[in-house]
Amino acid sequence: MSKVSELYHTGLIGGQPAPDDLAIQAKISHTEEGFATVWLITPAAIWLILFLVVPLVSIVIFSFWENSPQGLSPAFSLEFYGEYFYTKGFFDPDADRFLLPSVFIRTLGSTVYFTLVTMLLCLIVGYPIAYFLAMQVQAFKWQLALFLLCMVPFWTSYLIRAVAWLPMLGRRGLINQALLGLGIVDEPVSFLFYSEFGYTMALVQIYVVLGIGPMFFSLAKIDKDILEAATDMGATPFQIFREIIGPMSLPGVAIGMIFIFVMIMGEFATAVVVYGGKTSTAGTVILNYYGIANYPFAAVNALMLMLAMVIGIVVILRVVDIRKEL
Amino acid sequence: MARRTPERWRKLRVKTGFSIYYVIFLLFIYGPMFAMFVLSFQGQRGGTSFPMRGFSLYWWNKLLEPSTVGDMQGAMGRSIILALMVMVLTALFSTMLAMAFRKSFLFSNVLFYTILTGLMVPGVLLSLGMAILLRQLGLAPAWYTSGLAVHVIWALPFGYLVMMAVFNRFDSRLEEAARDMGADEWTVFKEVTFPLITPGVVAAGLFGFTLSYDEFARTTLLAGAQNTLPLDINASMTQRIRPTLFALGTASTLFSLLMISIFLGIYTILYRRSR
Repeated sequence: MSKVSELYHTGLIGGQPAPDDLAIQAKISHTEEGFATVWLITPAAIWLILFLVVPLVSIVIFSFWENSPQGLSPAFSLEFYGEYFYTKGFFDPDADRFLLPSVFIRTLGSTVYFTLVTMLLCLIVGYPIAYFLAMQVQAFKWQLALFLLCMVPFWTSYLIRAVAWLPMLGRRGLINQALLGLGIVDEPVSFLFYSEFGYTMALVQIYVVLGIGPMFFSLAKIDKDILEAATDMGATPFQIFREIIGPMSLPGVAIGMIFIFVMIMGEFATAVVVYGGKTSTAGTVILNYYGIANYPFAAVNALMLMLAMVIGIVVILRVVDIRKEL
Repeated sequence: MARRTPERWRKLRVKTGFSIYYVIFLLFIYGPMFAMFVLSFQGQRGGTSFPMRGFSLYWWNKLLEPSTVGDMQGAMGRSIILALMVMVLTALFSTMLAMAFRKSFLFSNVLFYTILTGLMVPGVLLSLGMAILLRQLGLAPAWYTSGLAVHVIWALPFGYLVMMAVFNRFDSRLEEAARDMGADEWTVFKEVTFPLITPGVVAAGLFGFTLSYDEFARTTLLAGAQNTLPLDINASMTQRIRPTLFALGTASTLFSLLMISIFLGIYTILYRRSR
């Protein structure tokens, strides 16, 4: 397999001539030329430290502080971590909450569950689209045009896209009207909107494009000659997919899944709009506790969300070594 | 040749199947937005679902009138100004960073992962961290300060990756030639490097603009007293949803598309010129 990936690709991404050795030599040997690195990185580095590193570190610090009448006061308190993990009656075999994780852990759990379901659906819905664009459409011009056509909705506000489901899925929405008209149901079904179903539909519609992009790019990089060769040697379409297309598009799948995973884990707006605030995601819990000025607990929740995300990303990266594959 | 004919038929069938699936997919992602677009022209007595009760511009007019809740024109103006600021900073920072990464330097790995952290951190988390921090420091958040700060953090990884890709394909020998002919660093940048990377810089800026214009999670705790457009949309959603919202959605979508077309136009012209 390693030989295959070293081949010169003629796909969408690899279409430019490979840099010759001279150019690489030139890049390496004159490192003292160009603008001074310090000046190039300093402004952005300061910005990143002040507005990314400091807020993240301060969340960790604030999660140990205490609430006081004057606001936050510095302390080293594990009170809010306890509140997060511990439920009354957890160790009591007679209580009905015996060994039941706290509501916060369950919320995080259901957020992870929703995210995984949506990721899987995005993969199932999106992969054939990426495959179609990369493999079935021949001309590069058409590939790009059809791909951009998929991308257009992504450039509009996702709040708008979430609320746009109302005329479709609502009680008097198009789908209910169609069901009534066809005589399938007698009265409008309400499970479509303000429900898990509507929420998942909206999430897939909003985020599937994020997966299609990377999958399309990695599929487009596959050299068509390899597929031709495999066919000539008698491989069935399924074998070609399992042995060549599948493995070679895996990095794209992984990157796409990371994008979707990260987006949906922190998601809260769609949940409020489409789910009608009936449910909580990890994101809405954080905002609720910020709203009632319980900052340390909001910080604990945020850290646990971050922890779950890091674990998820590490697991995905375990499956594929993206840096090697790029 | 006779043996290949069934094979050709099979391929055609597969292709047709995929094409049909693609069309269904387009209906799936465009359908709701199209329904919203049609319903924004709902008659005055109509609601947020079909059937249409007449056809009017009533809800569009409502959008233009100053309303009691929020002020949408103001919010839109603020969002555009903010997006333009993010655009400029993203283009500038990502170009500078990508230029620095052409050479190896100390802690370059740390910097690389810090930039990408901006992509990985959930918006609500960064928003929360900044908001609590500002509160502790006794500073008031505002869309043009704290909002701008985290929007740039969000857009920077995208722009940076674009610029890295641009410099990966960059032929340094052009710069070498200019230096050999006695040009100083500024002249090399102005006359050789910049004209060649302009399409990339524009693309990085486009990412900055669109990501900031639609950003909700990162602004939600940090916009201060005045709303940006996504916050305003969200505020109007918590009340009874009316076709005005659909009109707003359609307007905002059309504006996004207009901006992207302008950018793509500029990009195409610059790309042709840089060839």
